[in-house]
Amino acid sequence: MSGHPPLLTGALALACGWIGIGLLGLLRPHSVRYAGRVLFPLGALAGLALAAIAIVAIWQPVQSLVLPLGLPDLPIHLRLDPLSAFFLLLLGTVSAGVSLFSAGYFREGEGAAPGLLGLQYHVFLGSMALVLLADDAYGFMVAWETMALSSYFLVTTQHRIPEIRRAGFLYLLLAHLGAISILLCYGVLQGGSWQFTFDAMRHAQLAPAWASAAFGLAVLGFGAKAGLVPLHVWLPEAHPAAPSPVSALMSGVMLKTAIYGLLRVSLDLLHQPQWWWGAAVLALGLFSALFGVVFAAVQTDMKRLLAYSSIENIGIVCAGIGLTLLFHAFHMPALAGLSLAATLYHCLNHAFFKSLLFLATGSVLHATHERSLGKLGGLIRRMPWVAWLALIGTLAIAGLPPLNGFVSEWLLLQSFLFTPEIPQPFANMLVPLGAAALAHTAAVAGYVMVNFYGVIFLGQLREPQLAQAQDCGWLERIGLSWLAAGCVALGLVPVLVLRLLNQVNAHLLGDAALVHADGIWVLAPVSPQRASYVPVVFLLGAALVVVLAVWITKGVYHGRVRLSAPWDCGYPLQTPRMQDSAEGFGYPVRHIFEPFFRMKRELPSPFDAAPRYRVVVEDWTWYGLYLPVAGAVLKLAALVGLLQRGRIAVYLLYSFLTLVVLLVIVL
Amino acid sequence: MPPMIMNGLFTQLLGAIVAVSLAPLFLGWVNQCRAWLSNRSAPPLLQPYLVIRKLLHKDAVLAENASPLFRVVPYILFGAMVTAAAIIPSLGTALPFAVCADAIALVGLFATARVFIALAAMDIGTAFGSMGARREMMVGFLAEPALLMVVFTASLICGSTALPTIADTLAGRTLAIYPSLAFAGVAFLMVLLAENARIPIDNPATHLELTMIHEAMVLEYSARHLALIEWASALKLFNYACIGFALFLPWGLAHEDNPLALLWALPLLGLKLIAAGAGLALIETVSAKLRIFRAPEFLAMAFMLAVLGLLVRLLLGS
Repeated sequence: MSGHPPLLTGALALACGWIGIGLLGLLRPHSVRYAGRVLFPLGALAGLALAAIAIVAIWQPVQSLVLPLGLPDLPIHLRLDPLSAFFLLLLGTVSAGVSLFSAGYFREGEGAAPGLLGLQYHVFLGSMALVLLADDAYGFMVAWETMALSSYFLVTTQHRIPEIRRAGFLYLLLAHLGAISILLCYGVLQGGSWQFTFDAMRHAQLAPAWASAAFGLAVLGFGAKAGLVPLHVWLPEAHPAAPSPVSALMSGVMLKTAIYGLLRVSLDLLHQPQWWWGAAVLALGLFSALFGVVFAAVQTDMKRLLAYSSIENIGIVCAGIGLTLLFHAFHMPALAGLSLAATLYHCLNHAFFKSLLFLATGSVLHATHERSLGKLGGLIRRMPWVAWLALIGTLAIAGLPPLNGFVSEWLLLQSFLFTPEIPQPFANMLVPLGAAALAHTAAVAGYVMVNFYGVIFLGQLREPQLAQAQDCGWLERIGLSWLAAGCVALGLVPVLVLRLLNQVNAHLLGDAALVHADGIWVLAPVSPQRASYVPVVFLLGAALVVVLAVWITKGVYHGRVRLSAPWDCGYPLQTPRMQDSAEGFGYPVRHIFEPFFRMKRELPSPFDAAPRYRVVVEDWTWYGLYLPVAGAVLKLAALVGLLQRGRIAVYLLYSFLTLVVLLVIVL
Repeated sequence: MPPMIMNGLFTQLLGAIVAVSLAPLFLGWVNQCRAWLSNRSAPPLLQPYLVIRKLLHKDAVLAENASPLFRVVPYILFGAMVTAAAIIPSLGTALPFAVCADAIALVGLFATARVFIALAAMDIGTAFGSMGARREMMVGFLAEPALLMVVFTASLICGSTALPTIADTLAGRTLAIYPSLAFAGVAFLMVLLAENARIPIDNPATHLELTMIHEAMVLEYSARHLALIEWASALKLFNYACIGFALFLPWGLAHEDNPLALLWALPLLGLKLIAAGAGLALIETVSAKLRIFRAPEFLAMAFMLAVLGLLVRLLLGS
């Protein structure tokens, strides 16, 4: 324990600074200009400063601090180790982009007053930073609940709309189910010492059954926050309800705090994982990934589509965690390190591209007041900035080289290729199926993203009023560009990121878990003979061919162009309605993955004068899990309600009977 | 060692040039075989070159509402396919550029090309364009994982995902049939047919509106853009053939230490291509085109076969 931890103090100051910036918002709660020109830019600066601190801290030894705050005898412990530094880096860099975008985004008359929004937004950011810094269960839970509540208020910004209130309630409900589970998990982890600092939990000796119970509770609790199937139902409701920068933060950063928690519990607080934990999380993650991507393909609301895509990406991250635990349980540190690096890399990537895409949907929403994919289209001609920057995010999330999404998928597939070395025959056999599921998920993700981008930005304008759409303002452009630049940079220099990740690996799994990261350009995590990837040269090579092709075709031949009406096989009548909508584009997935969905079709009869075709695609989990549970709770409540008679004589009778029973027990 | 590097660079350049220049010839050969087998008089062997030359001379006609994306996609597509050709060991395994991208990145590169052409197809906003994009992406998301599983099977045998290493390792083994590779080989063939818009998934020779996939996407392209797209499709077929040779017929590739081997690697590649082209034409002639919603069954079978190959490798170690 160092006596003077400047970096930790700095990080704490910035977390409190965020809350302070939020409080400043109360000075002039109704001024959009004040919020946009002062509060959010300040928040972005704080984010950048936090990222700088985190980058330094990741190379430093662990720092810790005890704050004389809180309940008597329960001071708040803080700690800054490479794992929390990595997630602080994620929080700082991504939130800087989102804050800059928000500075230009919020307008008059959209729900809560801008100053109030600024308060909730910055408290949300500050509480996420505190979650990452907390080193005892008490401080962690306080920060965690602050995060949940502030994000609940952000989701329900437009609380006058009943659907949004309902979405907020669902989110709050699942957030609290998760919180209870996490609380119980810490209760198990203290192992009879009744010390709730993480340090005590690290030293607690748990019986394997108790360790498994704690792990299960952690998966349940953090899974509810991260959106693992079947606890994912709040995501597709809450994201469309929330303002886009809030969706960006929730999906990009808040889900990662849940991943942080899961990693903290499973790799740091619990020492030795059992192999089936890894197998279970791997299976759960892969199922979530496939489920999420298949549902994303049939969505017609652009933000719901992105929400399901978040479920997919969290699934991929959890598959990585599962693989890490599996390798770790079999004492294969090098491979555990490789898959942990892939996991963390994917967290960082997802934070960047998903925030970028959510913000782009925000700009589209402002310009068109339309969320439905069936009514958008052709916006690349009206909003070139948003469209081209969103293209980067789209290609990145589809996992295409040379952008960042590909790097983490590549690393994860590489770690899957090592699974035959696992000495457990069951795990060994199931894992190639996992690789197959992952490959399938990645491929369908490409399909989904073509659907998303093509329907919103390409083609003809589906509605005449889209012609009035305006591109976003300069602050929003800076925010989007920052995130897009992140996607490109993370894709092109993966080795520099791997060096940061190596610090986390060394801290959590020991020095044997370092991934090979020499040089700057060549990514060869195991050995160059085994596999290598050099995105920069790859890109340069392709770019060289492209330039040559342009030069030859235009220079040697000619570059003449004529404009004319689209040909389309010569059909004379073409309307924008004849393009594929998202329903049409998603049809093959609906057809192929039919068992995944609960579908209701209403087909018109051949003699119908005004034929209507309706298809409703729903999530099985509602009917298989949530509605039965809700029904059972209501029934139980009704049974308890029988006691309630509303007549004073009956209540007196209850008191009398209680007294008699107590007397009998006492005597 | 400079001679080694020179040798590598030479193999690299020669491979890429051979791919770019011979790809239309290979396509012409397949078309000729198809014509013979269906008792038609065949077009000249050099027909694809003539088509490309004709297209390059024409004025490009663009739809009024085409965005810049529409105009850059043909170049990106061509660039992606040439880059892929530089990674695949078609003549020799001493490929300095292959360090940049392994087999997984190669699959990613094909996916990139597919996403770009699908986006371009949606750009004009015609009914056929988006239909083609949808179908192409559907075939893609079914075929891509199968291809990845094929690559994985080979990688597990060789302990590497770098294609030159895989080809070297497989060529160094005795001539024995690996059951896993047999499964993978059938799966690969099915993926090749699907990804290159051949029968039974798509028919390259038809513009029948309701059945086309690839042709529907490129309807709005003309002149140099179309020429590049056609050339890129020919290159894609060539690349797939060379991946097939590298994985399943890796014999006769030149090694790093033997630059003279290139002298006979080139005619050997020619022979392999002639045989492969004839085989491809035969398969296409004897099979019927599937309805579009039978395509998932076909590709699911490819995927299952590839996964089976992987499991056979894991369980039996063969």
